[in-house]
This record gives sequence, structure tokens and C-alpha cells, in this order.
Amino acid sequence: MKSLLLQPKTTHTLNMSNTQQLKDLTTQVRRDILRMVHKVNSGHPGGSLGCAEFFVALYKEIMDRKDSFEMDGIGEDLFFLSNGHISPVFYSVLARSGYFPVEELNTFRLIDSRLQGHPTTHEGLPGIRVASGSLGQGFSVALGAAQTKKLNKDQHLIYSLHGDGELQEGQNWEAIMYAAGNNVDNIISTIDYNGQQIDGPTDVVLPMGNLKEKFEAFGWTVVDILQGNNIEEVLKGMAVAKSKTGQGKPVCVLLHTVMGNGVDFMMHTHAWHGKAPNDEQLEIALKQNPETLGDY
Amino acid sequence: MKTYTNTGNKDTRSGFGAGLTELGKTHENVVALCADLIGSLKMDDFKANHPERFFQVGIAEANMIGLAAGMTIGGKIPFTGTFANFSTGRVYDQIRQSVAYSNKNVKICASHAGLTLGEDGATHQILEDIGLMKMLPGMTVINTCDYNQTKAATIAIADYEGPVYLRFGRPKVANFTAEDQKFEIGKAVQLTEGSDVTIIATGHLVWEALEAAKTLNEKGISAEVINIHTIKPLDDKAILKSVAKTKCVVTAEEHNYLGGLGESVARVLSTNQPAPQEFVATQDTFGESGTPELLMEKYGLNAEAIVKASEKVLKRK
Repeated sequence: MKSLLLQPKTTHTLNMSNTQQLKDLTTQVRRDILRMVHKVNSGHPGGSLGCAEFFVALYKEIMDRKDSFEMDGIGEDLFFLSNGHISPVFYSVLARSGYFPVEELNTFRLIDSRLQGHPTTHEGLPGIRVASGSLGQGFSVALGAAQTKKLNKDQHLIYSLHGDGELQEGQNWEAIMYAAGNNVDNIISTIDYNGQQIDGPTDVVLPMGNLKEKFEAFGWTVVDILQGNNIEEVLKGMAVAKSKTGQGKPVCVLLHTVMGNGVDFMMHTHAWHGKAPNDEQLEIALKQNPETLGDY
Repeated sequence: MKTYTNTGNKDTRSGFGAGLTELGKTHENVVALCADLIGSLKMDDFKANHPERFFQVGIAEANMIGLAAGMTIGGKIPFTGTFANFSTGRVYDQIRQSVAYSNKNVKICASHAGLTLGEDGATHQILEDIGLMKMLPGMTVINTCDYNQTKAATIAIADYEGPVYLRFGRPKVANFTAEDQKFEIGKAVQLTEGSDVTIIATGHLVWEALEAAKTLNEKGISAEVINIHTIKPLDDKAILKSVAKTKCVVTAEEHNYLGGLGESVARVLSTNQPAPQEFVATQDTFGESGTPELLMEKYGLNAEAIVKASEKVLKRK
């Protein structure tokens, strides 16, 4: 077995060499995503590719997390993925952060796998704390975990990720209202603001208006990351978001991304939201993302 | 025939409130959430004594279920409180994904179940909740019969690891089970010994079953009454043991005959030892406004209905 595990995060200091490492990892994660969905001819590459930088930044630099996995996550930052369909990027980054063997990515969506189509605790995959896939539930769960952190006097933070189209689900707004009303200020909830959903652009399917103003009207602090596919910008923006925690208000990051980022024919369209590339398309896509750390 | 004394009518929801108060003192990890019905759920005392562990979520049940699921991560034991309708049907998918499928240690506590919330009518009465909850893999489903049992069950579920649906009601009903009872999840309670017919009841219908047994006894019919407080996991052994003796059964519940206790009992019997069964339950209908007593009479959910069903099933032996 090739050693493909990266060392867990050892430093918060960003310099040229580790920026390059993060970029290399992001490219490798893209390859993982493409190969995973291609193998089973199903899954969601578009949103996964768009969030590769975010996940790499989160797990390698931003979160103060333990190397081993315990469900209760006491004494560490926790992450919740609400838009569970982007499981390929989540699985790739979890594996390459040491939570389970990278080779296991080979089992994505296959029978008897821990890597279900949408993430679940049911099969005991380390790194997953709640099932997600039926949309709109992750805000509430993340806020509950944030409340427990406060009850436990645990200073660590809760991070969560949500699709922009997902915000069409009403439960989100119950949770968003609750968070500000109860001063849940130990959470950073990020919206993958790619403007696309299965049936088309969000502005066509169901226009959501000005999300920044909506979150602000609900009492949240909002941080924009305008270049959500530039890892330096993601790191800078998340540092700003972190600095806003603990001030009585929940923090929202609007992460402006491009769905399908890194594969030219998948970008700027909803077409690859839930479609896998064929053999020829995979070859082209992988050429645009040359192997860096070694394929699984 | 063994008889039971009503020590004074009390509402089961107050049993829940009293149980929660006890847990507040004994279990520091118990937290409580309520969706704008603190008074109705009798959660005032817990809130007053433990404000830091009480979460008013407003009229937002979906968020309440998700919050509860999240709160388990880090070791809390959340008890959610609202009406049975808003505890189940309204939030089915939230319970399914965030609680049951994710195996979170959430206690979904539901008052005002069935017809007996009365005057508010069918929008607030739910007769489908046992079915909804028992179909969820891993979900424990409990429907208690009186104040004392509801209090005991509330305390017991805190020490059980896993999702639980605890169903109780609004009206003041006979309080007849022991104050110091040990509540065992999944364990049927045989209340009377009989040889002619087994009456398996749950919730408010348990007292009615005891009343029916008295009437049947006067008619020379010996009824064995079993209180099934846990509908899932069902005490198959207790049911089979009794029906092996009586050879027929009446099930009684404040719930639709589709999806309720009766169907669970029918499954146990049909796959082990088939026996005639009559269902005292609502007949695939919504409820309506009215006093609890008149509703139970109109929808055939009282002692009289159990007597009639017993006489009918005896003829089918």
C-alpha cells in the first residue's frame, strides 16, 4: 500500500511551501472526486469540485481538530456537512486527513460500503457525525452541537457547510432565526454560493434575493469570500470569520464558488450537479488536474 | 379477579412533567427543548429549576428536532416536548434522518396524542403517530397509561441509549399503577389473569380494558388484561403466552387500526400462532371536536366497546 496519508495539520502558519502543499492536495482531491463518481457512474461532482479548496483549507488549516475520531468531539472543532450530496469531496478530504484509508474511496456508493451515496453515521465511517442528504437539516444539527459546546464550557467552534439552493428549505430559516435569537456565537456556517442547483441557476429555479441582507436581517455577521476557489482567499476569509466569533452573533460565510471548478467543461453550469463523466470526459478532466500526491 | 384502585384522576402529561423534574435533579446531562408549549407539556418546573438546560425554540418543530440531534454530540440527553401531531407528522423527515438514521439519543416526548385532546379537533389530534414512529428502524415507541407510569417511563428512558418516542395525553384519567413501579422498556405488564380472552391495551385504553374486564367477569367471561406500554420493541413472548391460553385477543388503542398496536399484535400472532383478533381502534378516520368522553364513545374507544369486541371475538374461536 502506498503511503497516501498526509500528515495532520501541524501549523497554522501559512507560507509559500505549505500553500503549494494545499494546492497540490486540492488538485488530488479533484482527481479523487472525478474518479469516484466515474467509477460508479453516479454522484455529484459539480458541487464537490467547487468546494475542494474550502474542505482542504478547513481540515488542513482552519479547524483545531483531533487526529482520531470520537462522536462526542469534546475539546475540538467540529464540522457538519448539510448538503450531503457533495459527499465525494468530504470523503476524499476525510480520507486524506487520516480518518480512514484512502483506498476505501474505491468503495464509494458500492454495496457494503461505509461510503454511502450521502454521508451517514449508520455504517460507522469515522469523521461523520450525522446523516445528511435530505436537505435543510444541517443548520439545526450544527446549532445543537454548538449549544452543547457552550453547556460543556468547550471553547471550540462548530463549522458547517450548506448549499445555496438548499436555503430554499424552510427549516434553515427556523434555525437561522434561532441562532441569532439565542446568541449562538460559536458557529461559522458557510454557504456554498455557486448560484446553481439541479434544475438550473438558483435565480431561475427560485430566486432567493440578497442572501447577505437576509442573513444580516436575521441577526448574523456575514463575511464574503469572493474568490472561494482561491485557497489563500479562503484561508484569509475564514480567519476573518473566526475573529468574529464569540461576539454574541452567529457568523455566516458566503463562499462564492464556481460549480465544477477545475474542469473547464464542468464550470459555470448546473449540468454536472449530479452527473458523472464518461471515460473520455474523465480523461480530459484528469489531464487538467495532474496527479500530485498519488491516486488511491 | 385482581382489581385496581384509581387513586384520583391525573393527566399523563403531568406525569411527564414530574418525571422531567426528577431527571433535572438526578441527570445533569438531560436537557429539555420545547416549541412554545411549556405549560401544555408541564415543563415549567424543569425550566424554572434549570434555565441553562432548557431551550425554548419557538414555533419551529423541525428546528427543535435537529437541535436535539446536534445536542447529543457532546453527551447531552435531549427531551423534546410538543403535541404528538407536531412531534411526529410535522417533523417525520427530521426524525428519520437526523435522529433515527443517525442513531441519536433523543427522547421525543409527545403530549395531546389521540382523540382525547378534545375540543381543538382533528388538526391537533393525531391517530397515526404510533404507526409513523414504529416504522422507523431503531426507534423505541412507548405509550403510557396513567400518571404514575408516565413519570416512571420518563425517568427510565433517560438511562436507555437510543431514540425514543414517548406518547401521552391531555385529559385527567384514572391513576392506578404503582407510584414506585420499575418501568422496564419492552416488558408487558399483565394486570389481570384470565382464561377466555386476552385484552391487550395501550395508553388511555388500559384503564378502559380493566373496566371492561370487570363487566366481562360479571357475565362469566374471564379476561386477561395486558398493558403494553412499549409498542416497539413489542413483548412478543408475553402476548404469545397469554393467547396460547385464551386462544383469542382484543387489542385496544387510541389510534388508527392501520399502523397501530393492533397490527403489531396481529403480526406476532400470524407468524407464530394465528388466533382471532378484534381491533378497538379508530377506523381509518380523522377525529373531530368534542369532549374527550363523547369522542371516545363516538369512535368506539371505551370499556363498552372492549366488552363488545370481546364477546365478538369469543364467538370466532
